[in-house]
Amino acid sequence: MAVHKSERLLNLLIMLLVQRHYVSKDRIRAILYPDSSTDAFEKMFERDKEELRSLGVPIEVGNMDAYFDDEPGYRIRPDEFALPDVSLTADEAAVIGLATRVWEHARLAEATTEAVRKLTALGLPLDVSALDIAQPRLSADEPSFDVFWEATQERTPVEFEYRRSGATATTTRHLEPWGVVRYSGRWYVVGLDTDRGEERVFRLSRVQGEARRNGQPGSYDVPPGTDVRATTMRLAPEPATGHATLLVREGSGLALRRDAESVEPGVPGPDDRTGWDRVVISRGGPGVADEVLGYGPDVYVEEPASLRDEVVRRLRAVVAAS
Amino acid sequence: MSTPTASGAKDQVARLLTLVPYLHTHGEVRLDEAAAALGLAPEQLLSDLKVLLMCGLPGGYPDDLIDVDLDALEGPEADGVIRVSNADYLSRPLRLTPTEATAIIVALRALRSSAREETREVVDRALAKLEAAAAEGSAARQIDPGEEDPDRLDLARLEADLRDAAARQRQVRLSYFVPSRDEQSERVVDPRGLVTAHGFTYLDAWCHSAEAPRLFRLDRIDEAEVLDTPVATAPEPPRDLSDGLFTRADDTTPVTLRVEREARWIVEYYPVEAVRSRRGGGLDVDLLVADERWLQRLLLRLAPHARVLSPTELDQAFTRRAQDTLSLYAGPA
Repeated sequence: MAVHKSERLLNLLIMLLVQRHYVSKDRIRAILYPDSSTDAFEKMFERDKEELRSLGVPIEVGNMDAYFDDEPGYRIRPDEFALPDVSLTADEAAVIGLATRVWEHARLAEATTEAVRKLTALGLPLDVSALDIAQPRLSADEPSFDVFWEATQERTPVEFEYRRSGATATTTRHLEPWGVVRYSGRWYVVGLDTDRGEERVFRLSRVQGEARRNGQPGSYDVPPGTDVRATTMRLAPEPATGHATLLVREGSGLALRRDAESVEPGVPGPDDRTGWDRVVISRGGPGVADEVLGYGPDVYVEEPASLRDEVVRRLRAVVAAS
Repeated sequence: MSTPTASGAKDQVARLLTLVPYLHTHGEVRLDEAAAALGLAPEQLLSDLKVLLMCGLPGGYPDDLIDVDLDALEGPEADGVIRVSNADYLSRPLRLTPTEATAIIVALRALRSSAREETREVVDRALAKLEAAAAEGSAARQIDPGEEDPDRLDLARLEADLRDAAARQRQVRLSYFVPSRDEQSERVVDPRGLVTAHGFTYLDAWCHSAEAPRLFRLDRIDEAEVLDTPVATAPEPPRDLSDGLFTRADDTTPVTLRVEREARWIVEYYPVEAVRSRRGGGLDVDLLVADERWLQRLLLRLAPHARVLSPTELDQAFTRRAQDTLSLYAGPA
């Protein structure tokens, strides 16, 4: 059955590819679907066309003026069908071979591999040995990544639930995606928020549940001259940064010192058992208190008060529970 | 929705549209060679070829069909070489789909941002040619992988250097940070190779300071200098970490922790011996602790969501440490 269908699909493709003119539906039916009823033929033919198109085969529909009825005709133009010639030097080909290892995302890794297969079929020697290049990895673990990626390609509006930073409730948002951008290691989608009539940026990891397509492909245009990266940088909230001023016991807290903004040695500290240094670190977010707590009595929080309070509250809870 | 059969046919056609041009450009190729080049199983490739036999021009004459020399592939006379003829109209591969074009272009842009100056220029040339070939329909401009984070980039370069040192069997001087001891150390190691576990990459090496094999997490290596000195121990392949990172040492203490919901993540992150669920989302976790300092640090990080059930001395030590820390805040600051 599958084999039979593969043959039919390929024969249909060849038939439309080798004819210089449109091929009428009647002729297609007579040659490739001779034993089917009208209904069955219509259904199968529709589906076969769709499947070929989904592979990227450009099937054109045209009017067959030469024939007396308005029967549509079909064809595939060889220049639209075939990959144009790409001539690559050996080092360019090697770089392209490496591209197959970049995506850590099953579908896009497969799409890249398929692209490279097609290039291999053009006769390019893809040899990836002896290349001095650090291998980057692109991961996209956000469950909504695929939907936004596709919607961006198709220009399809999307609807999704979004939880803003610091908010507990989610809201339903409507977006015409212009682009998907990675910034500081996180993926964002940028586009026109149609509820607000303004451009907006959303962090994909904050999209709750499934994002849904909400409209037809090609329903909007990306404003000419849009630079999705610049828009994201302009609109994305700064990565959570803050400063914390800590007193760190002499000789300890190496990880804090390693990327500290400043270290002021020999300052008065909360006890006299050892000397203390004042260490200013730039980081924010909920993880700082964990990090500071891990050092126990070797680190003391001067500022901000919120961090200090959290550390004290958590330590009290430990002591109270024992 | 496509049925499995339907998508099987579609995939098969996709493969054939690549296979025929591949054979066209490469001339006579052996079946196993072609299968390897296209990333297919040889059996799959053979059954794909059989489909071709029934395809061709719509005239319906035997001459119109594509010819595949099956005798060369099966049976007593087989020499394993694929010979396909009468299929010139399929001699060029199909255009890249928008997803393929975008995926490969974005991947190349990511490569570009992590390449050194000389290689960047090569990537640029390759990108320009691909972008021209994929002009229609690619949304690559709309997908931006960004610049590689400089930290990750350094890591990737470190990885390349260490791999090279292991391959050439050269010693490496490491400046390594040991967080559980809050200590910076210098040591010379004989690198064996790189391994990954829990999402981190480690250097497996014989450490001349410890006189034992050790794992070094790459992001904690501050500096690595590849020396000219050859390794002093017999080279060994890096160990297989698929069963877990920590080989059981003899001097470990069995510890049972009681963790609340907020601290449950530790069981995904650290090797544990057993986990028992408790009502309300908490867990009792058994684990083997080799370094008590590591445990105390972990408990404080999780405070107040984890405690030690046994041995009780460790819980008392934890409380004392919390108390000591708290007392810093008692006096005038």
